[in-house]
Amino acid sequence: MLKVPYVTGYLSEHFGDDGFGTLSGYEARGGYRGLRQALDTSPEDLIELLKSSGLQGRGGAGFSAGMKWSFMPTDSDRPKYLVCNADESEPGSFKDRILLERAPHQIVEGILIAAWATGAEKTFIYIRGEYAFPADQVDRAVAEARERGYLGAKVMGKDFAHEIVVTRGAGAYICGEETGLLESLEGKKGLPRKKPPFPAQYGAFGMPTTVNNVETFSHVPHIVCKGADWFRGFGTEKSPGTTLFGVSGQVQRPGLFELPLGTPLDEIIFEHAAGLLEDRPVKGVIPGGMSMPILPANQLDVPMANEFLRERKTMLGTGGIMVMDDTTCMVRVACVISYFFRDESCGQCTQCREGTGWMNSIVERIERGAGEQSDLDILLDVAGKMEGQTICAFSDAAAWPIQGLLRHFREDFEAHIRGKKCPFPGSFEL
Amino acid sequence: MVISDETRSKIDAEIGNFPQRRGALLPALHLVHKDHGYVSTDVAKELAEIFEINPIDVMEVVSFYNLFYDRPQPRHHAHVCTNLPCSLRGARSLLRRLESHFGVRAGEATPDGKLVLGHEECLGACAYAPMMRVDDTYFEDLDFEKAKTILDGLE
Repeated sequence: MLKVPYVTGYLSEHFGDDGFGTLSGYEARGGYRGLRQALDTSPEDLIELLKSSGLQGRGGAGFSAGMKWSFMPTDSDRPKYLVCNADESEPGSFKDRILLERAPHQIVEGILIAAWATGAEKTFIYIRGEYAFPADQVDRAVAEARERGYLGAKVMGKDFAHEIVVTRGAGAYICGEETGLLESLEGKKGLPRKKPPFPAQYGAFGMPTTVNNVETFSHVPHIVCKGADWFRGFGTEKSPGTTLFGVSGQVQRPGLFELPLGTPLDEIIFEHAAGLLEDRPVKGVIPGGMSMPILPANQLDVPMANEFLRERKTMLGTGGIMVMDDTTCMVRVACVISYFFRDESCGQCTQCREGTGWMNSIVERIERGAGEQSDLDILLDVAGKMEGQTICAFSDAAAWPIQGLLRHFREDFEAHIRGKKCPFPGSFEL
Repeated sequence: MVISDETRSKIDAEIGNFPQRRGALLPALHLVHKDHGYVSTDVAKELAEIFEINPIDVMEVVSFYNLFYDRPQPRHHAHVCTNLPCSLRGARSLLRRLESHFGVRAGEATPDGKLVLGHEECLGACAYAPMMRVDDTYFEDLDFEKAKTILDGLE
């Protein structure tokens, strides 16, 4: 069944209308006006507009989208490409899937505006292999746009050519990392590349390339139509706009909620997601997808924007909020998280390939009741050596959540070691 | 020839989408999985010819991605998501019960070759947990009875 956010904003207000996924339905609700307007604006002015809107990439890293566009060379006659990263795989994240299913034309429109601004001749939409139904929706939308003359040799009759190729991954988390994605797009194993050179110089097939997330593209038509000041009317000064927060775990009303950045975490959990099942107390919350360190129950007042989350040693990531109640065993949480990263490490860098395995073995040993006090020092030592040492950020993303669990829930680990068994029999089954 | 003419022409069309021939390798692998369910030695050889690479280059890619297989597969793949959001809502208990219903361990195929029951990492359905992917279709907000009915009903 198609899913719709519980709280909607400009990105998602029409998600409940089944016609919104079609070209005629999208245009009837104002769609493609942004593209028309953009094609009458110079690429330089468009990039300036994006920069002044303050739109941050919504794929996890939060880098300025306008800055990213401006890195594309303007003095080169090499072909330039865009990539829409629809390889959503961050545990706790499902917003891109709903955007692909319910609003594929919003993405296509954002892509075409970005293509005009950066001079790109082709866009590859790389959709994770498991998203068969979402990929069908995008395929259909691209075909409709081509039919209508919004793609091809003369986009909307202008002297501007663009083509979109929809392609699918095949089940590898690492292909969400932008250079892993580029390798995969070239028909290879998704092994991230060393940077520099960055994709704007050496991207897909060696050509200048900009990679943006599905949601990032989706904001663009709205910014073009309504302006940077309008966009800055949502969110915080440093983190403007809304985002689609995905709430999962032990809440009464799990789902998507489009809210301004900076919305307090406790408002999202208790007001929008209707609090916890059986009104149990919170034990911990992962605020931004599994790579982001956990927050304990006494820090839920944090506004959900990077400038505030960083002060609490975590980040917004993809906005995937996972809520855990007071029955939760945090060592079991560590087992699930470390297993995932062990399974998905591409194996290029020793620190990551070995470190993810070490961390997983140690936390599983602790959960079994066979851990020792010195294991906690080894865990922190291994995690510390995985940070900032590798080709891509996967290794950091594997280390941070374990460090976060030890920072806030060390007592859970020590209780396992002292008692030689798991002291949380009521926790979720492993 | 193991790869049909029809599939070959679809692969050719995919090659036209990419600035370098090899870009169409993943699309081609998806196409041959539709026909054969896995990449046999013969399929790998023919793909290698099409892409002007070595068969080992094809198999290296096959081995990297979870959705590609190098041996014959049961008729269906049923994967229960066991990542954290789903585990918090009972996904692992669901998987245990399905294991005993079918008499297999996660990762094994049923003796009649109908399906392989497995667990999978996050499938992007976190608010609709527990859930499973059966081939290309998601089934969400499951309990044991619902999941059992779906899987028992497979051909």
